[in-house]
Amino acid sequence: MKIIVCVKQVPDTAATMAVENGNISWGDAPLIINPWDEFAVEAALNLVADQGGEVTALCLGKEEETEAIKHALAMGVDAAVLVSDPALKGSDNVAASKVLAAAITKIGEVDLVLFGQQSVDTDTGLLPVQVARLLKWPSLTLVSKFEEVTPAENSLQVVRSMEEGNQIIKSLMPAVVSVTKDYGEPRYPSFMGIRKASKAEYPVWNLADLGIDLPSSSISWPEVNEPVEQEIVTEIIDGDTAEEKAKILVEKLIAEKVL
Amino acid sequence: MDFGLSEEHHMVQRMVRDFAAKEAAPTIQKQDRLGEMAPHVIPRMAELGILGISIPVKYGGQGMDYVSLGLACEELEAVDTSLRVVISVHNGLSCLTLLQWGTEEQKNKFLVPLAKGEKIGCGAFTESGAGSDFAHIQATGKIDGSFYILNGEKMWISLASVADYGVVTVRTNPKASQAYQGLSTFLVDLNSSGISRGDLHGKLGVRAGSTGWIAFQDVRVPVENMIGREGEGFKVTMSSFDSGRYTVAAGATGLIRAALNASGAYADQRKVSGEKISDLQLIQAKIARMSLDYQAARLLYLKAGWMKNKGERNTKETSAAKWYATEASFKAASEAVQIHGAYGFSDEFPVERYLRNSKGAMIYEGSNEIQSLIQADYALERRQDKKLRKECPPYDQDSWT
Repeated sequence: MKIIVCVKQVPDTAATMAVENGNISWGDAPLIINPWDEFAVEAALNLVADQGGEVTALCLGKEEETEAIKHALAMGVDAAVLVSDPALKGSDNVAASKVLAAAITKIGEVDLVLFGQQSVDTDTGLLPVQVARLLKWPSLTLVSKFEEVTPAENSLQVVRSMEEGNQIIKSLMPAVVSVTKDYGEPRYPSFMGIRKASKAEYPVWNLADLGIDLPSSSISWPEVNEPVEQEIVTEIIDGDTAEEKAKILVEKLIAEKVL
Repeated sequence: MDFGLSEEHHMVQRMVRDFAAKEAAPTIQKQDRLGEMAPHVIPRMAELGILGISIPVKYGGQGMDYVSLGLACEELEAVDTSLRVVISVHNGLSCLTLLQWGTEEQKNKFLVPLAKGEKIGCGAFTESGAGSDFAHIQATGKIDGSFYILNGEKMWISLASVADYGVVTVRTNPKASQAYQGLSTFLVDLNSSGISRGDLHGKLGVRAGSTGWIAFQDVRVPVENMIGREGEGFKVTMSSFDSGRYTVAAGATGLIRAALNASGAYADQRKVSGEKISDLQLIQAKIARMSLDYQAARLLYLKAGWMKNKGERNTKETSAAKWYATEASFKAASEAVQIHGAYGFSDEFPVERYLRNSKGAMIYEGSNEIQSLIQADYALERRQDKKLRKECPPYDQDSWT
């Protein structure tokens, strides 16, 4: 199987985010691989362990920001491609999806494209669907389990985890899949993988390499504001019995229009 | 001069940090209360290669450098001292001692399973009556054909009840002209007949870790298990401390960072008279000191690690790093408790654990009084490093990986 895992670089989840001069800042906190993408890498590595094949990490980002790709390589992916072009600065996810779709097409003969279910910075979860639409491939989102994967028949069966319950879906490959954290804990990079990743070389493609013009963005962020700090009042409910305390709590929640 | 960490170092740091955060931090308060390590922690550290991090691949290790070892220790102790202690005694006192002094046969037989984490090692040096005056230990080893017969008791031994192998120094020549010349070191299978051992309870800190005693009664140890030569035990043990102290220094640096982070987070949300206490200069002074000490302690241990990588003798630098970092970690933890006020006095917040844990490192692996004497000797030019018969090998990426 040939699997591409799309990985993104995001600010460390422990970073303190702030708005400075209309821009989002995370200070000097490091960039990390989008934590959701680690689940996708894990799934890809397990699929090729079962079925054979190779996994390529595909990242769209600045040339000097290599953390996501290096992390995926250290986890064990076979190869990586970075798409980087200064013209893409500020692109929205519509533009990003066009670039990723072009890169996937250039890599070629792909069976599966895996994404994490969303990225922790922009949190839209739209990219897997947009890429699938552009490639005209099935889009399988929120997948927690790969039940059957049959490359010879170009088919797979997955479990989608949704609030309402699990949905089992059969699909043809190639397909685009977004993986949830219910898939299972991603592995840590191994020390051997870390050494391999630190020495790894990978191609860096720009828009010209992909043979596309700069895709236009539909979304801009004219203004960014920090959330208004909320005043939190703590009240300890008193009562003789649990029932009495629960009754008072419900009355207060109704009065506050929470219920 | 390049003060930067390599990409590899950053990745090692992140990997160990993630492990500690995901697999140890969530239960550490409970384990500290229980007085025992979570059973999965050491096996997971073995599985992930952390136990053999700075041992060449050909000896079962991961082939990372000494700076990586230090970074791993910093990350582990930023969660809890008990995690770092595992590395100090397993990697520092046993694996690195074998790497430095062991024969090829000993490395293949003992170091390989240790570095792979299939066996756990400890260093058994201290006795109830001899710690800082190590030359005067009482445990003995008498030759009997192709065996040495060990008798005596070792005390305050980390992982005493957990380890499979112990690096043990005993007196083999009571008639030596100088006490320190009569010592020899052995690799002892701690499941041998005649060994009894157990954990000590009621400790001030490092409650989630094993600290105990090992008693030897007519324990037969093969002659070929001697590490170094007869009479070299003092030098072998002091070399072990050069490795162990390095891990202690790096770990204590992690504790300073943990105290600093906890203090900053608390001070940013705690208000007094409507004002965040982080805006108060008296609090800022405490936090600034922690930050300064963190930076200084980190520079000291990284320099020692850099020297280890180059194969340069680092007794002075490692001792200084251990002394500085452990003193600073105690102060940082104490000030962190102070910043937390009454909450700091409760284990609802981690800072009281940091304070309890920080004290031990001022005593073990050479008390800080001993470190100050070492520094004085170097400063007054009363001590010069003599070349050892076997030096700790430098890091060589080609042959280590």
